Amino acid sequence: MTLSHAADLRTIRGPWRIAFSVVLVAVFFALPVLISDATLGTLILCGAFAIGAIGLNLLIGLTGQVSLGHAAFVAIGAYCTSYLGDGRGWPFLAYFATAIVLGLVAGAVIGPFALRLRGNYLVIVTIGLVFVSEHVLRNWESLTRPVRGTAPTRDAAVAIGPLDFGAGLDLGSALYTREQSMFWLTWALVALAAVVAHNLTRSRVGRAMQAVRDRDLAAEVIGVEPGRTKIGAFAVASAMAAAAGVIYALGLGAIDYQELSGIHGLFMSITFVAIIILGGLGTVHGSILGALLVVYGQRLIANEGAAMPILGIPVERGWMSTGELNGVLFGGLIIVFLLLEPRGLAALWARVRTWFQGWPFAY
Amino acid sequence: MSTTGVGTEALIETLFSGIAVGAKYALVALGFVIVFKATRVLNFAHASFVLLGGFITWQLAAEWGVNFYLALPLAMVAGALIGTALQTALLQRLLGERPFSIIMMTIGVLYVFDNVTSAIWGPEDRDLPDPWGSKTVDLGSVNLAVADLWTIGVTSAAVGAFFLFFRYSSLGLGMRATADDQEAALATGIDARRVHLAAWATAGALGTLAGAMLSSGAGSVGPSLGAVAFVAFPAMIVGGLESPVGAVVGGLLIGLIQQLTALLQPEYAAWLGSGFDRVAPFAVMVIILLVRPYGLFGEPEVRRI
Repeated sequence: MTLSHAADLRTIRGPWRIAFSVVLVAVFFALPVLISDATLGTLILCGAFAIGAIGLNLLIGLTGQVSLGHAAFVAIGAYCTSYLGDGRGWPFLAYFATAIVLGLVAGAVIGPFALRLRGNYLVIVTIGLVFVSEHVLRNWESLTRPVRGTAPTRDAAVAIGPLDFGAGLDLGSALYTREQSMFWLTWALVALAAVVAHNLTRSRVGRAMQAVRDRDLAAEVIGVEPGRTKIGAFAVASAMAAAAGVIYALGLGAIDYQELSGIHGLFMSITFVAIIILGGLGTVHGSILGALLVVYGQRLIANEGAAMPILGIPVERGWMSTGELNGVLFGGLIIVFLLLEPRGLAALWARVRTWFQGWPFAY
Repeated sequence: MSTTGVGTEALIETLFSGIAVGAKYALVALGFVIVFKATRVLNFAHASFVLLGGFITWQLAAEWGVNFYLALPLAMVAGALIGTALQTALLQRLLGERPFSIIMMTIGVLYVFDNVTSAIWGPEDRDLPDPWGSKTVDLGSVNLAVADLWTIGVTSAAVGAFFLFFRYSSLGLGMRATADDQEAALATGIDARRVHLAAWATAGALGTLAGAMLSSGAGSVGPSLGAVAFVAFPAMIVGGLESPVGAVVGGLLIGLIQQLTALLQPEYAAWLGSGFDRVAPFAVMVIILLVRPYGLFGEPEVRRI
């Protein structure tokens, strides 16, 4: 183990991590060629939730500010995609950047509420956020088209320079589908969000966040400004949620305000919180693992659930629908993890790693 | 008044239905606040108590033909049992965990209960065979629903019984002591486990009562019953999470504001958009919390340096 400061600051250190990173990059490039477009579509959605969860984990896991209003900020990104990207024909980077800035501003505006409210009061006020956003979206008909139904996002341009991810990449010798191209874009953005969050946690800002989480009074005494830190955390989390909203909207091809706000918005926010609980509070890779587990699992049951057996009886002939099975498993997963592994998949992962590092000794 | 388009009768009827709706919110909020006060758990699964309570009452009264006045207390006993089972099986194991983990546990329970309920009883709405139906009482030109009158009566009785219990019974005294200072209460020989169980049992019973009252009269038993609990959130937070009095006051306040908004807003403040009465509780909540961050009757947290 090296102890030099420079080595300590490196993002990837040690032979294990280098090997693992190489494997990850190889999987990133190879996966779209190996699996079906339908599965890729699910993985794109996983990526969108992973980006949002990374942001929320900075807020909840690192700063200790619980929010159940995350879906409201996802809606900002989703409607930027629909209105600016699909409706006005803005280029990808333009509406993506607009979504992030709007998310940042919205988070900074909501943030000051967090200064006056604590713990449980904050949880419930952020629930109000998804209901208020439902009211706004329902009445803002030119944006959300509540009468005609869903707002389209599929025609939004997804091109960065010569690379057109929306139409499918054309790399001279090979043609790729929209799903394959979008997978690469999405998971590159997940990696970007992960690096940003990882570096944030190791910086002065990240340490300030943790100090505020652990005891904000003590943090104040040693010179951290809890107010600024909390608002900053809200703003960053909201910006990442908006970025997630863009990918979410592009992945689905159309959005519906009823799925993003109100009671469904609350369920979406809960899904984000469940992702970081199951993945591991306060860890970046936990957010990604959690998103894969929860979103992939839910999609799997929604698509294949009818054929799955419960106690030997296929769901379609049993007493429970796939939607209900999904809900029960989701709730059950939260309960089981909280009872058996409150620190989530990240802790399981750490256990596996320690076992390999210690082998052949027990520890 | 007649020139403005909203008549006096309509106003009186709205005030009355506001109190009736508020009484239902107060019942929901009270069960919620009791658990919070005694155990510091923000119990999202309370929405399941309301939902399950409505369905159990329906099962007893409609399917098994039990007299409604007997079915209601029976269902409340069942609700109390579910509450205690939850506390013993799950919540007790999380003692000392972060409050946030405990909230998530109750959300997990909410998902399981809601989906099992709709798997057992199906998605359709059904009428509770309550003896009040859609009967109304006419006082001059004002129509009042009998079910609303009953709701107000039952709620007052439940709240009254609850406050007597809190003030004069030894268990109620223990609950207050535990809520004030758990360690000091333990030191004086109060059994915290018994107090926690009692709180969860009370919440289960009150949630069931709220579910039955919400589906009586013009209401119906259906999967969306639990969603009302989310409107009761503003009610209890406006009152203050630690205060049963606050839950009742907050419930009535939110009920009145919601009904008045439904009546007056389309006419006088149409720019707020259609269906504003659905978000009015949340708007009121935010405004009140900006002035008093701990609600009207909540306990401010003391910061000492």
